[in-house]
Amino acid sequence: MWKWFHQWGSPPHFYRRAGKWLPWLGGLFAVFFISGLVDGLVFAPADYQQGESYRIIYVHVPAAWMSMFIYMVMAVCGIIVLVWRMKMAEIVLISSAPIGASFTFLALVTGSLWGKPMWGTYWVWDARLTSELILLFLYLGVIGLYGAIDEKRMAGRAVAILAIVGAVNIPIIHFSVEWWNSLHQGPTVTKFDKPSIHWSMLLPLLLMAVAFQIYYVWALFLKVRAELLQRERNSRWVEELFRS
Amino acid sequence: MKRLSLSQAFAFILRRDLLIALRNRSELANPLLFFVLVITLFPLAVGAEPNLLARIAPGIIWVAALLSSMLSLDAMFRSDFEDGTLEQMLLSAHPVPVLVLAKVTAHWLVTGLPLLLISPLLAMMLGLDEGAYGILLLTVLIGTPILSLIGAIGVALTIGLRKGGIILSLLVLPLYVPVLIFAASAVDMASGGLSAMPQISMMLAFLFLSLSLSPWATAAALRMSMS
Repeated sequence: MWKWFHQWGSPPHFYRRAGKWLPWLGGLFAVFFISGLVDGLVFAPADYQQGESYRIIYVHVPAAWMSMFIYMVMAVCGIIVLVWRMKMAEIVLISSAPIGASFTFLALVTGSLWGKPMWGTYWVWDARLTSELILLFLYLGVIGLYGAIDEKRMAGRAVAILAIVGAVNIPIIHFSVEWWNSLHQGPTVTKFDKPSIHWSMLLPLLLMAVAFQIYYVWALFLKVRAELLQRERNSRWVEELFRS
Repeated sequence: MKRLSLSQAFAFILRRDLLIALRNRSELANPLLFFVLVITLFPLAVGAEPNLLARIAPGIIWVAALLSSMLSLDAMFRSDFEDGTLEQMLLSAHPVPVLVLAKVTAHWLVTGLPLLLISPLLAMMLGLDEGAYGILLLTVLIGTPILSLIGAIGVALTIGLRKGGIILSLLVLPLYVPVLIFAASAVDMASGGLSAMPQISMMLAFLFLSLSLSPWATAAALRMSMS
């Protein structure tokens, strides 16, 4: 296991391995994404309350899940950076941030588009929407801090600390926003009162969730490879790569 | 030279920072003036209707406190960073988190405490319900140290940057959200004649959590910034 860990921690190894994985990931993503989308938009039954408009759930919910998952990945990378000073973890951390921010933004936009037919307005200060918005700010803070520090190794450690501090705060923020919301607004229309969701609706949701996960790894590998080339542009392995 | 014990070192830094602040009165007054000014802007913007002002008073006071504490954050480490004192602090034999805590305490005494003293006056001007004054003071007393503690992490991360100001607010303000929510709603509750104890307890929990975690994160960030 440690050998595996060390191998992936070496930039040239990561670059080559990730390059081999890329087409597979892209293909898998396409399979899951298309089947999930077709299943969700065409075959899944319409909701008895919300009709057809609920189908945005197949983009909204996986995006929201990813937005939280990616921040967790970043926090774990942050710990690895601070403990083992691993360069790859820094790069994975900072390459994840824009992807996570995009998913958060996607979740916000689809959420507000869903809100229009359901609540009659694009934006309500709903607990989930609000804490998702704050999550977006946290992502932008990470990206902004990394961009502001010129020395990239130092920037990597700075965002590692920030990611961990943010991860400690996310549950607190989420909980307090939820509490605030229940205090300030009466019961609003809840999205899904139903205790469980029928499998014919659940299946496309899971397919889309897997598709988004694969997309994340795929996009992450692409970004990490680009970042590696830029950071290691003076090293021998990059030179050899471009000579051959 | 005789070696300082840990508590002596703490007291020494605290005294030194307070002395510097006292010799530099304008920096002492600026956050306070800013606080008063922001609050003055609200009646001008939303109208001077007493009922409306009384209703939004807790929110106004707390947003102003948040902004004023954020603006004064940069002073916490700036001059020490520039003249190299910070480097000596990191090199000293004492644990850095404790020294950080001393600096945060000094910063709070200089910027947080004046807010505590002036907030009843502003609450009166905004027509806040009189029963809520005690709770307002309590939230400011508990809340502003949390702001200083969380802010210290942000300052430590951005101290090496030439233009750290904007990025600092981006880092720190989202983390201030829970304090704002609980403090404003505690005052809200109290002005409605309800018990604010749940909110106060939560704020105390935040205070102890940030008190125990933030100095370590700040120390790590300072080491990063000085490397």
